[in-house]
Amino acid sequence: MNTRAPSPPREAARPPREVRRPPRATREAPQGASRSRRDFLKQAGGGLSFALVFGPAGLAARSPRSPDAWDAWTDADPPDAPPAQHPFGAWVRIATDGQILIYSPAAEMGQGSMTALPVVLAEEMDADWDRVRIEHSPVEPAVYGRSWSGRGRGGSMMTAGSMAVRGYYMNLRAAGAGIRRVLLENVAREWGVPAGELTTEPGVVMHAASGRRISYGEIAAFAEVPDELPEVAEAELKSPEDFRLIGRSLPRHDVPAKTDGSAVYALDVRVPDMLYGAIARAPVHEASPASFNGSEVEALPGVVGTLRLDYGVGVIAETVEEAFAARDALEIDWAGGARAEGFDSVAALEAYAGIADGNGRGRPLSERGDVAAAMEAAAARYEADYLNDYVYHAQMEPLGAVASVNAAGDGAEVWAGTQAPDMARAAVARELGVAVERVAFHPCYLGGGLGRRTMADYIVEAVQLSRSVRRPVKLIWTREDDLQYGAFRPMSLQRLTAGVDDNGNPVAWTHTVVGDGRGLLASGISIQYYDIPNQRIEMRGASHGVRTKHWRAVGHGPNKFAIEAFVDDIARGEGIDPVELRRTLLGGSPRAVAVLDEVAAMSGWGDEPPSGRARGVAFVERSGTLAAGVAEVSVDETSGRIRVHRFWCAADGGTIVQPRNARAQIEGGIVNGLSTALFERLTLRDGRVEQSNFHDYPILRMSDMPEIDVRLLPSRELPMGMGEPGVPVAAGAVANAFASLTGRPLRHMPFTPERVLEALNG
Amino acid sequence: MSTTFTLNGSPVTSDAPPGSMLLWVLRERLGMTGTRYGCGVGECGACTVHLDGDPVRSCRLRLSRVAGREVTTIEGLSPDRSHPLQRAWIEEEAPQCGYCQSGQLMQAASLLAENPSPTRDEIVGHMDGVLCRCGTYGRIIRAIERASAAIAAPAGRAR
Repeated sequence: MNTRAPSPPREAARPPREVRRPPRATREAPQGASRSRRDFLKQAGGGLSFALVFGPAGLAARSPRSPDAWDAWTDADPPDAPPAQHPFGAWVRIATDGQILIYSPAAEMGQGSMTALPVVLAEEMDADWDRVRIEHSPVEPAVYGRSWSGRGRGGSMMTAGSMAVRGYYMNLRAAGAGIRRVLLENVAREWGVPAGELTTEPGVVMHAASGRRISYGEIAAFAEVPDELPEVAEAELKSPEDFRLIGRSLPRHDVPAKTDGSAVYALDVRVPDMLYGAIARAPVHEASPASFNGSEVEALPGVVGTLRLDYGVGVIAETVEEAFAARDALEIDWAGGARAEGFDSVAALEAYAGIADGNGRGRPLSERGDVAAAMEAAAARYEADYLNDYVYHAQMEPLGAVASVNAAGDGAEVWAGTQAPDMARAAVARELGVAVERVAFHPCYLGGGLGRRTMADYIVEAVQLSRSVRRPVKLIWTREDDLQYGAFRPMSLQRLTAGVDDNGNPVAWTHTVVGDGRGLLASGISIQYYDIPNQRIEMRGASHGVRTKHWRAVGHGPNKFAIEAFVDDIARGEGIDPVELRRTLLGGSPRAVAVLDEVAAMSGWGDEPPSGRARGVAFVERSGTLAAGVAEVSVDETSGRIRVHRFWCAADGGTIVQPRNARAQIEGGIVNGLSTALFERLTLRDGRVEQSNFHDYPILRMSDMPEIDVRLLPSRELPMGMGEPGVPVAAGAVANAFASLTGRPLRHMPFTPERVLEALNG
Repeated sequence: MSTTFTLNGSPVTSDAPPGSMLLWVLRERLGMTGTRYGCGVGECGACTVHLDGDPVRSCRLRLSRVAGREVTTIEGLSPDRSHPLQRAWIEEEAPQCGYCQSGQLMQAASLLAENPSPTRDEIVGHMDGVLCRCGTYGRIIRAIERASAAIAAPAGRAR
């Protein structure tokens, strides 16, 4: 079974081969180019709105991409314009001029996976990176999804949990190696030499004995490509010392377009005949509109329609200004009975201690040894409660999407930035009651994700609005909408107790987390790297009716803050150096000790810090990566304001595909972690979110920025996650530095000036 | 009623209501989508453009206020990413999600136009109103310092 793209063979002497259609996965171009619309229409049987897309400056907006030479033919219409591109499996097309298109399956929200994943494939393929072109893959999870192990094909296309590189690593290496083998076999057949005598340099196959060379583009012109790429055993993959691309820090594909405004986010998409949508959502989460002044609003200038939703009222208007004005003119009576009605988050958080006090056992998360006996026998016991407020995602691009539902209401075209395009596409299909093939989905760049964009609510809303008017609609959430109808990192209480032996080493440990968020609260609660023989970890639930969601590093942020601050409580109580105590606890893991020792060396741990400052340390594991951080802080005892001057971080995340970008991710994670440690606090009163925009929900600014130094330990292990470990390492290190400076613990995140003054004066 | 102003060096006329905010006129009527909406209240700086050379938040600037004046957006910073800041931004790989970066670049460009050799404190003081959620501040500072050095160095010897 061979697959050939319809182009003439390179040499006329070759007999013509059977022309077959490429596999379905590669037939549909992934993006909003005319080609993909045409294919989509073919598949969908026509009848859909057929919109041209306009982006910045009236240019056709296709995949988020930077203008470069490749556009000369990828943007070309007709689709088979020369030089012809030939599919090599689902991931790669090679053009006869040597350009190589690699599909990247990950959402690009700033974490760089759009580049890192093609680097992995190009490595094994021995592609010439200068000739590589990257595009988003089609939204087909059976082909482009990932597994948890990184091996095998198909699965989820969700980009979350720092899973992209680790979830595709072996799959893409195998694909790259399979393509290389196909190239070699074709050349062997063409030249009549054994494949074993052929080698590759980037983009070229060589035969040393005869001195012959042939480029991948030339091979593409005659190659026979099997439907299934050959399997290449793991043992035959490249050895790390032969890597040419992995570990080299290649420029990110998305960066140039992010310096001239041409990168296309969902809110930038414009299609002809497009209307604008806005939605007034329930002030108390999940409340329903009982009635609203629809006819009054529909009479306003430019208003095309209104739409009752389960938890809000939508308006559709000719212009964005008219849509916002109509939204502001809505008068809605909300039906009572929402679960969050009357909810007061400050009072509820105070009540968590009572839940932790209760005699009932929570849901056990892990248990080891005999905690009761070990506590009884302990030389000293410790106990502390830690608190965490609700946190909002605050991705810089407010939510929104463009949707165009066809006249019959049985198909749609959607442009959205999402961390889970497969789930979003399926959600749209469900909403319309049609097969997923009836939904053409165009992934855009994400103006930040942080977990919020794993939900599809804002995409389905755009579809609902478009369906109600059968015209394309751009739905824009205002910042206030985005914040107040958010889905938050849940607030929580962590109650920790420990017993130590005669040497001051913890031998018993309990951790009870209280909150409303189930798995969101459990993440990061385990202390698998700390060797404490007797442990009991449990969760106790509450129920508030407030929407909660994964937030970068999930429960690791709150839980690691509590755990690491508590370890320092013990160290202080026992008179043990915090790094020394952790070294003892981490004794079973040389890799963990290595990151701890590295950060101690980087920060000059043990040296006297500058006057008025102190340092604190924390260790975490997240997404398989081990990280240790040291913060150097001072405090203004009059204002209560903490300043973080320096932050050092050492991390072991296995093989690092893109080191420069990986350091940027750790750095960004630390900034997010510091932002939640110092500033971010969302509260609800009478069921309503009290904050509305950045003036009362501050995030870390440039003037708050410490100097950050990140080192990644060399490793040949499989790659682990880089996007998240920086987050949880921050707060504990800051709290511990503060305690070292003042002798007072900080146990409620964020460490606002009021709480700092309370700690100092309490 | 229409409003005429200069956009990236060329005259444009908009029929949008004069009370419209410039941000939406730029994005939804004139196709200049590189200027981004982040907060709508002048708190985040993602919508920063130049008005007669000065940085302004276009989400809080009414169209009527720009009549007869010169507006520069990220699309007008250079025709080909050749502004020293754009080059430095790429060299330092400053952007992550990128959504705030047009505003960061326009804010930085107004600084270097006034003060080609700012100190680090001057950079931070000038840039502090533009928020970045990805935590790229450190690289932004380095990129501005790099661009400043490139401007100071004679052509061909830029670092």
